[in-house]
Amino acid sequence: MASMIEMQRIEKYYGAFHALKNINLTVAKGEKIVLCGPSGSGKSTLIRCINHLETIKSGEIVVAGHRLNDSQKAVDAVRREVGMVFQQFNLFPHKTVLENCILAPMRVRKLSRSEAEATARKYLERVRIGDQAEKYPAQLSGGQQQRVAIARALCMEPKAMLFDEPTSALDPEMVKEVLDTMVSLARDGMTMICVTHEMGFARQVADRVIFMADGQIIEENDPESFFRAPKHERTRAFLGEILAHH
Amino acid sequence: MGIQEFTYLLQGLAWTLFLTAIGFAGGIFFGLVVALMRVSPSAWLRVPAICWIGLFQGTPLLMQLFVAYFGLPLIGFDLPAWGAVSVALTAHASAFLGEIWRGAIQAVPKGQSEAAQALGLHGFSRMFDVVLPQAFKLSLPATVGFLVQLLKGTSLAAIVGFIELARAGTIVSNQIYRPLLVFGVVGAMYFAMCWPLSLWGRTLERRMAAGQAK
Amino acid sequence: MTLDFSVVTDAWQSLLFGTLGTLFLAFSGMLIAMFIGIAGVVILRMQMWLPSLLVTAFVEIVRNTPFLVQIFFVFFALPLAGIRLNPTMTAVIALGVNGGAYAIEIIRGGVESIPKGQTEAGLALGLHKHEVFRLIVLTPALRAIYPSLSSQFILLTLTTAICTSISAYELTSVGQRIEAETFRSFEVYFTLTGIYLVISLVTMWCLAAIGRWAFSYPQR
Repeated sequence: MASMIEMQRIEKYYGAFHALKNINLTVAKGEKIVLCGPSGSGKSTLIRCINHLETIKSGEIVVAGHRLNDSQKAVDAVRREVGMVFQQFNLFPHKTVLENCILAPMRVRKLSRSEAEATARKYLERVRIGDQAEKYPAQLSGGQQQRVAIARALCMEPKAMLFDEPTSALDPEMVKEVLDTMVSLARDGMTMICVTHEMGFARQVADRVIFMADGQIIEENDPESFFRAPKHERTRAFLGEILAHH
Repeated sequence: MGIQEFTYLLQGLAWTLFLTAIGFAGGIFFGLVVALMRVSPSAWLRVPAICWIGLFQGTPLLMQLFVAYFGLPLIGFDLPAWGAVSVALTAHASAFLGEIWRGAIQAVPKGQSEAAQALGLHGFSRMFDVVLPQAFKLSLPATVGFLVQLLKGTSLAAIVGFIELARAGTIVSNQIYRPLLVFGVVGAMYFAMCWPLSLWGRTLERRMAAGQAK
Repeated sequence: MTLDFSVVTDAWQSLLFGTLGTLFLAFSGMLIAMFIGIAGVVILRMQMWLPSLLVTAFVEIVRNTPFLVQIFFVFFALPLAGIRLNPTMTAVIALGVNGGAYAIEIIRGGVESIPKGQTEAGLALGLHKHEVFRLIVLTPALRAIYPSLSSQFILLTLTTAICTSISAYELTSVGQRIEAETFRSFEVYFTLTGIYLVISLVTMWCLAAIGRWAFSYPQR
């Protein structure tokens, strides 16, 4: 299987703080990874390195065949192939749902407006929000906004999707609609890396679950073994806390 | 510029401080009245306060000084120049401080007033024991900011002929004919008074923002 | 006490032109102020210490000295710098410089008020830095600062009255000329106050209408 994302010997610092320590991670095409761990463990930082929202001190990142370095060209190439969904949705408040979705395809992929709109409507249908296309983000619920954010990323027809705690900012009753959307995306074969504490989701779709703490990958395994027999003491403590709350 | 001219400027500066102090002190008293009228449930109190604030925020301070300076004698108050200027500055300050404190009073969470009400406190106590102390703290940065405005505003008394710092500067400048030097020095004197206040106001604001983030 | 407003009503044409002069000063001053404001924020965002220090010093000096002193300074400094302008254009420069310092503060605050996530979302979609600023940050930032900019414009309009001190052509200096001819000081300044009030109220109303039209998207 060809690899979609390859990270080797990644080191990252914030000032003196060592945020990522010797991270090695290979994600195959179509693979679904769930990243979990306590806050401050570096899981968000890790996925933000993949599309160069964070710069690394050393190491190598290759995404869909593009080697990431500081050149704008490499960064552009990677960002064209990778979509991202944020905890806070980050929809653009002054643009309608449809305008949010067509902005990047027109500017970056140079699609015509009609092509971009057709794509946007397709993906908005797909996340079951097609009838809200003319509304502004502030007029939608949190769950709807996050589904729009997913559609917006999909409109770039990315080869991989990064999810940074996509359900953490949602009211409990809206979590399911977003997770359902993500599950159906996974079923369609999208390569995904999700930072999330939704263990049900991990069980259902993940090929691998990775546990991080203190900027390191502590443990990784298929979900079945990961939940049934966590090897590491810290993993057990973490799972104990997470599952106690759910 | 000799020692004599410099002393003359310092005398002007003393008048600037004096006018600022009077305007601010008067403004605090009448501003509180304006603020309380402005948040009153009765339209008979609220509407005059709204008009008062709008009148002073919607016209130049210079016009306010002129109208007081020429208008007060017409209605029988024969005040010295500094008196007329003080009246105008006080009225000006009362409107601006009234509006600042109106905002602060309304920014105190409604629950505070409700809690006081639930404890059986009456209107007066509710306002003076519970709401106003909190509003005062909230309004402090803006109040200090206005103090700087007022201090700078006293320079306009120069145009009606009153000899404070800016006017003293004009006179000295005409005598020794070194306008850039003189206005540079005058500007530096104003800066020396205003800047520390501005910095203080900003510190208060930052401290408050930090307090709210917690 | 007898008041005689006929001296004012007789001079309505001069007052009208004076009003136009005031509006001209306010608009051109604001234009320069916006230009200085944007340039200042661009310089601050380059994060180089010397230019940033100069911009900060400019802002602090202007904000902590009276406009009257500033306009005298500009009035005497420009000719020494070899720039000969009539009093009205000198006043425009002084107003622009004064308003510019306040505009820098306002615009900087507006840009900083946009959550970092907005920029990140734009970058993650593959947009470039300048596109992110123009397409994503700019409109919400403008909306955030619009109320402050509006108040600043009103303040600048009221500040134009001080330009009479260098005999710029505007409402107050027109009024002072009428006063000198008629000695009806109170009537003149009372009327001027009324005209300024109307100017402020109408400007405020127009700015609010423009704001509603330009930023009609709903708030969160």
